[in-house]
Amino acid sequence: MKIRATAAIMECLLEQEVDTVFGYPGGTILNVYDELYRYKDKIHHVLTAHEQGAAHAADGYARSTGKVGVCFATSGPGATNLTTGIATAYLDSSPVVFITCNVTEATLGKDAFQEVDITGIAMPITKATFLVRDAATIPAVMRQAFAVAANGRPGPVLIDFLKDVTFPSVEIEYEFVPWRENRGCAGMRELNRDHELKKPTPNQQDVDILLDMISQAERPFVICGGGVVLGRADREFKEFAEKLDAPVAISLMGGGGFSGSHPLTTGMIGMHGSKASNTACDECDLLIAVGCRFSDRVALSPATFARQAKIVQIDIDRAEIDKNVLTDHHIIGSARRVLAMLNEKLPQYDHSEWKAHILPLRAPSVAEASDHLTPQQVLETIRVQMPPDAIVATDVGQHQMWAIKYLHFQYPGQMLTSGGFGTMGFGLGAAIGAQTAHPDKRVFHITGDGCFRMNCHELATVGYYKLPIITVVFNNGTLGMVRQWQSLIYGKRYSETTLDRGPDFVKLAEAYGIRGFRVKTAADMEKALAEVLSAEEPAVIDCRLDIDEMVRPMVASGSEITDFLLSEGGES
Amino acid sequence: MKQTISILVENRAGVLNRVASLFSRRAFNIDSLAVGVTDDPSLSRMTIIVDNGNSVVEQVEKQLNKLIEVIKVRTLDEGNMIGRELMIIKVSANKNNREHIMTICNICGAKAADISPTSMTLEISDTPDRVDVFEEMMRPFNILEVARTGVIALQKGGGKI
Repeated sequence: MKIRATAAIMECLLEQEVDTVFGYPGGTILNVYDELYRYKDKIHHVLTAHEQGAAHAADGYARSTGKVGVCFATSGPGATNLTTGIATAYLDSSPVVFITCNVTEATLGKDAFQEVDITGIAMPITKATFLVRDAATIPAVMRQAFAVAANGRPGPVLIDFLKDVTFPSVEIEYEFVPWRENRGCAGMRELNRDHELKKPTPNQQDVDILLDMISQAERPFVICGGGVVLGRADREFKEFAEKLDAPVAISLMGGGGFSGSHPLTTGMIGMHGSKASNTACDECDLLIAVGCRFSDRVALSPATFARQAKIVQIDIDRAEIDKNVLTDHHIIGSARRVLAMLNEKLPQYDHSEWKAHILPLRAPSVAEASDHLTPQQVLETIRVQMPPDAIVATDVGQHQMWAIKYLHFQYPGQMLTSGGFGTMGFGLGAAIGAQTAHPDKRVFHITGDGCFRMNCHELATVGYYKLPIITVVFNNGTLGMVRQWQSLIYGKRYSETTLDRGPDFVKLAEAYGIRGFRVKTAADMEKALAEVLSAEEPAVIDCRLDIDEMVRPMVASGSEITDFLLSEGGES
Repeated sequence: MKQTISILVENRAGVLNRVASLFSRRAFNIDSLAVGVTDDPSLSRMTIIVDNGNSVVEQVEKQLNKLIEVIKVRTLDEGNMIGRELMIIKVSANKNNREHIMTICNICGAKAADISPTSMTLEISDTPDRVDVFEEMMRPFNILEVARTGVIALQKGGGKI
């Protein structure tokens, strides 16, 4: 049947069971928004303050639900404002479909008003980009875009519609096909057959080799990476770790893939990894990395990483194998399927001696009494008071490391953080996305004063939609992580990192109609958070911290993993 | 070590850009790159020659495989491929040395493509090293201009990628 081209765009969203989109309208995308007006009962649009916020929100929505996020923006500056959000999603393999519109066919490439080559700009930070010039291709492109975003290793995709394609007079042939049926439809020949976009089937022989390696290992060690979270393989991972009876490190992106409070866990690994994790990595004889790409923040010195061990990598993306660290064996496949195959044949092991050597090295996270408020006290208060299923979105820097070290995450999608791209300002957008997807859960946005200022205008979105997000600002009046490097490595030359210039975050919150609290002691924090949690409304808690607080422990970039520049506690 | 990568891609706008950017983001230089449509008009074949370490090329090959526009990627083995390059070369020539030039052309398998009172334009299609030899032989005649296509290649035998 013939329908309007823009209606086909909406129907294609409905095919994918999309009920929420984040975005910001503008000139070239007017026709799409006009159609959205007709579909507003079926598709809920969240209007953010800035396109970057919309991009992060769609990303946060995707990370917290495991579904594909959708984000709309107009051409030119609208599209370029998305780019940081697209790159953030790309580096952390988050499935988001970005939809932009461009100028007309007649003006394309002629520097028309608000014209930019966004498919060109987005090329290196997306899995695929599509420039739609022919309305008839809308259903095929939309289906393909969602398939590419969601299948295999997930990631962002961008579709750019020329304005002509969206004119109300344009009608196309369209038939509704539910997504389960349309991901293999005509036009997808390359997708299915040649690109292994469907989850590759793990090779049983590869699995058997690993089982054999496990049987010969005395000191096995496992890393839970972001792939466990993306593949929602937490149950399979837990079974695997418990049967293997080995210590488990959780990478930054792996948070929620394995319970942070499980007795086998050694915490984070790498630059701010625990002594337990980093020692285990250095001393193990078999390292099994599940959905972990050995980034330079984990494998600080790739040549000596896990030097005594046979290294095994389990990843859905063949291109990750041997990219950063040379491995001895690998299995290609989704974490869930590979682990399920391993679990089927894996006997119960007992590595008590090895565990007794490693696990006690994990220092208990304690918040010591102090005359001023410490980050540990803030997080201890959050840990005690937060509902166990609360979602935590962080920004980037010291507060991020503290939060992930101290809070224990229990399920995939509970912790949202920009790990790969390290995007300051990600947190509030991601929190908006997560809260929109989970109206029944509390969402914490943990941020620093530097990060918060980068996207605090999204408080307008929080206030308008009455999203009960709790923003906790670790306000130490500095770009803490950069200052930490300046303290330790740059001779305390604090070049342009001191943020002694406001704003007053309490007043800022109030300007957006949100309650603000300022806390200077642990007792203040307990009282403020209890009050905030008792009401279903947003709040900003401005926590005043000392400027010289540091993230411990720390290993310098490029160093041996056990060569701690800062120890777990006290002076190094 | 020089390596020849043959890539079958979808024949549409932006694909060349996408493939080339995978090389440029790792900051390695492409020695030559030739693209042309295949017997199936929806597909193009790219032949790329790079001079880099094995592991780097292997990484790029894996990344290329992930692009949805890329149908197939194969690194061709030097001894097991037919690789050819086309060169058009313009040299100064007059009635005194034309015959001399033509003798070299005959030996090397080159042809005259254009002639003027003061110049000759020659074409040769051969393996890159033999094209190099021909270019070297033309040097004494004062080379005015050279254009080379870069290598295109297929594997030997009945197999195809």
